[in-house]
Amino acid sequence: MNLLLGILLAPLLSSLILRTKALVAGRQGPPWLQPYFDIAKLLQKGAVYSRTATGLFVAGPIGALSATLLAAALIPLGGCQASVSFEGDLFLFAGLLAAARFLSILAALDVGLSFEGMGASREALYGALAEPALFLALAAGARGSGSLSLSGIFASPLDGIAAPALALLAGALLVVALAECARIPFDDPATHLELTMVHEVMVLDHGGPDLAFIEYASSLKFWILGTLLGGFAMPIRIGGSLANALLGLGAVAALGVAIGAVESTMARLKLQRVPQLLVGAGVLAAVALVLGMR
Amino acid sequence: MSLLLVSLSVLALSGLAAFALSRAPAVASRVGAWGAAAGCAIGIVPAVRGILGEAEAAVRLPWSIPVGAFSVGLDPLSAFFLLPTLFLGGLSAIYGVEYMKPYEGRKAIGASWLFFNALLASMALVLTAKNAVLFLLAWEAMALSSFFLVVFDHEKEKAREAGWTYMVATHLGTAFLIAFFLILGQRSGSLDFEALPAGAREAADLLFLLALVGFGTKAGFAPLHVWLPEAHPAAPSHVSAVMSGVMLKTGIYGLVRAIQLLGPPPPWWGVLLVAIGLTSGVFGVLFALAQHDLKRLLAYCSVENVGIIAMGLGVGLLGLSYGSPVVATLGFAGGLLHVLNHALFKGLLFLGAGSVLRGAKTLEMERLGGLLKRMPWTGGSFLAGAYAISGLPPMNGFVSEFAILLGALAGVVTLPAKAAVPLLAVVGGLALIGGLAAACFAKAFGISFLGEPRGEQASAAKETGLAMRIPMAALALACAAIGFLAPFAVRALRPMLEALAHAPAAVPAALDRLAIALGWAAGGAAAFAALCALLAWVRRRLLAGRPVGEGPTWDCGYAQPTARMQYTASSFAEPLTTLFSLLLGTHRREALPKGLFPAGVALSTETPDACRERIFRPIFEAVGSAFSRLRWLQHGRVQLYVVAIALTLFVLLAWKMGVS
Repeated sequence: MNLLLGILLAPLLSSLILRTKALVAGRQGPPWLQPYFDIAKLLQKGAVYSRTATGLFVAGPIGALSATLLAAALIPLGGCQASVSFEGDLFLFAGLLAAARFLSILAALDVGLSFEGMGASREALYGALAEPALFLALAAGARGSGSLSLSGIFASPLDGIAAPALALLAGALLVVALAECARIPFDDPATHLELTMVHEVMVLDHGGPDLAFIEYASSLKFWILGTLLGGFAMPIRIGGSLANALLGLGAVAALGVAIGAVESTMARLKLQRVPQLLVGAGVLAAVALVLGMR
Repeated sequence: MSLLLVSLSVLALSGLAAFALSRAPAVASRVGAWGAAAGCAIGIVPAVRGILGEAEAAVRLPWSIPVGAFSVGLDPLSAFFLLPTLFLGGLSAIYGVEYMKPYEGRKAIGASWLFFNALLASMALVLTAKNAVLFLLAWEAMALSSFFLVVFDHEKEKAREAGWTYMVATHLGTAFLIAFFLILGQRSGSLDFEALPAGAREAADLLFLLALVGFGTKAGFAPLHVWLPEAHPAAPSHVSAVMSGVMLKTGIYGLVRAIQLLGPPPPWWGVLLVAIGLTSGVFGVLFALAQHDLKRLLAYCSVENVGIIAMGLGVGLLGLSYGSPVVATLGFAGGLLHVLNHALFKGLLFLGAGSVLRGAKTLEMERLGGLLKRMPWTGGSFLAGAYAISGLPPMNGFVSEFAILLGALAGVVTLPAKAAVPLLAVVGGLALIGGLAAACFAKAFGISFLGEPRGEQASAAKETGLAMRIPMAALALACAAIGFLAPFAVRALRPMLEALAHAPAAVPAALDRLAIALGWAAGGAAAFAALCALLAWVRRRLLAGRPVGEGPTWDCGYAQPTARMQYTASSFAEPLTTLFSLLLGTHRREALPKGLFPAGVALSTETPDACRERIFRPIFEAVGSAFSRLRWLQHGRVQLYVVAIALTLFVLLAWKMGVS
């Protein structure tokens, strides 16, 4: 059920952020279903490919979307079990996200364009630094809960982890989620072209169904990381699985509003500052671990 | 067992035959290579049986060397290391025939095959020797034969220098090993491996350190790795594949054997190995990122992978020390499986680099590009290797890193804080190394094989012949197979892990846990493949009947791009190399544009090895200047030398008489 909710609702999260930003700016904002319309429109288009591109240019978006869909199957929503859960699934989860990143970097390098190369290079930087923070945060959750699977870690975090440590973990995951999904302050998703130079610039040459796959995969990735973060940020669990799922959804929605608020009030960081923030996220997770050691 | 001896003799004889046929290089090359391939194929049979724990008893032949014995045996540990050695060795030999063709008539082809086959045979002997004297002799034969292969291009000063560095490093390492075996042998009264554990008890800590330095030099642990990025790129590519893929692993084998001989480990051994692994891993991958010569990049990446293996062994040792069979089993399983995996993908990548050298005539990444279209087979295989070495599912690199991570996480969850902290460092460190490795290989593959060619040679690149393509394809298939069949692969390690464990009875249960988790992961891999196929089909259906055009790269509307405007290898790595510039110490030489009409702008960067520059160069220079004070002894008068020898003998005699 989690998986289905994610697949259906993921684009709605970006809609929520856009509406929040519009509200803060005093505008009306796009319709709620605009991301779905965009994807549907792209799916109906033809495509133009660069003469430089090879098969990888097409395989990149396909592989990235497949990996992200599989990663979505491993994610628990609130206290609800994930569709698939086993010992060490967190490493498969991280590996799938890394695979998606690797494939999109290659697809970006495939057209031989300096803009896309630049975006790919920065994506690689962000990915390499975000991964330790993600692993440490999940390891802290594992030590607290005594479980080696994501569903176990998020089943009831309050039992094993002190509230301050949970707050630190949520902070670390927030930084990871913002960096991985190319949101402000790491990247500005509202500006296309060379102004941003990270995620949006990597897909300059994609169009049609390929771009639809990319757009959908990135909103799904955002949903996934948002759900993870929500699991720590909103650690209260009540009995029934329906109630838990609703609480989880509420957490994701609150996260969307919060990110909308952040994006309305902050500017993008200078590139040199980004590593500091990501290393800081790793430190937050490490401090949370130290709090949990006895 | 007799099959192993047959395999060794085929290797040795075919090498000699190739040397004897030096006059006819084309024939010599065939004889050497097919002899090597046949020898390896024969040896794989007993190796597989040895891994499954079905090996026959060790063979002991009469030998006249005091305390030495020609005894070889295939216990699961030896057999496990022997398998990738023979598999990669045979494939590299087949690849080598065509690779060496341009040298025919200009170089000593026959001799190179003699040394290649001797290298394979001596490695097999190192891995199966059950006596320290035999082991050290084989170790030395391995070092010497690989030395002659490294200096194959001896007209080039760089190759001679690399060979010299390698020679010094390997002999310094061997000195520690001789001390290791002498101390152990003196205390146990025999140099047979069976008897050695008796001598380990009180001096175990010292012995462990000796083994760590001695074997670590061969394996390439930082900071002892300095010879590695010099020697591996200098050798012909099929030799680099063998050296990087499996010869380094003889160091790992020695270390694991030493751990087995030395008995119960104190916790600090594990912590030390984890620390060494982390240092090597991060150091190796960062320096790999900073290189723009493809083979040098691959050589540094071997340092990284050896670091990952060391981390796995460290996790295993910590599991042993703290009495957790799950942590121990998963750590050793992951570390040792990474030995096999690294042999496969690093061998593949070095062979791929060799094909790039043959096809595009250069390994300088700033001159490459667009090779995937021109060399689709090489490119496809290289992509498989790059994907696997980045530790991404569903290929094999993921499987071994998964096992190490799961072992470390199990320790973080169950063990006391003292053990949990280093294990946590493993989790975080492997994440960082994985991310950096992905960046490094996105660069290596993306810049060399994608985009437009950055030089004339790259645009004229041609695919290599079938004999070079088949070994690469076989290795790529093996990488994928281990990824999809991971649960079976780890179960096959049971006999070896039981031999390493202190509580062998608990190993099957721990392995089952790993196999179940990997079963899910393999299921995920299959689902990934299926999903990709499904989406590809959907895309094809959607685009059917719609306009699908081709044009120049869009480039924000700029329609006249040139290949020189592409991102380069250095620019791709720049954010990361700048971030770690303190450690890397990259030299920049730049001529910036000046004046109103600037001309002659240039920028070049070079990243020499930090350990070599900052640690070993000062030490060796100090030693050199100290010994230069003794130059007056070397006056060249033979009579005085004879007097000195006689005097020394006399003093020794007097001392000996006085003592007794």
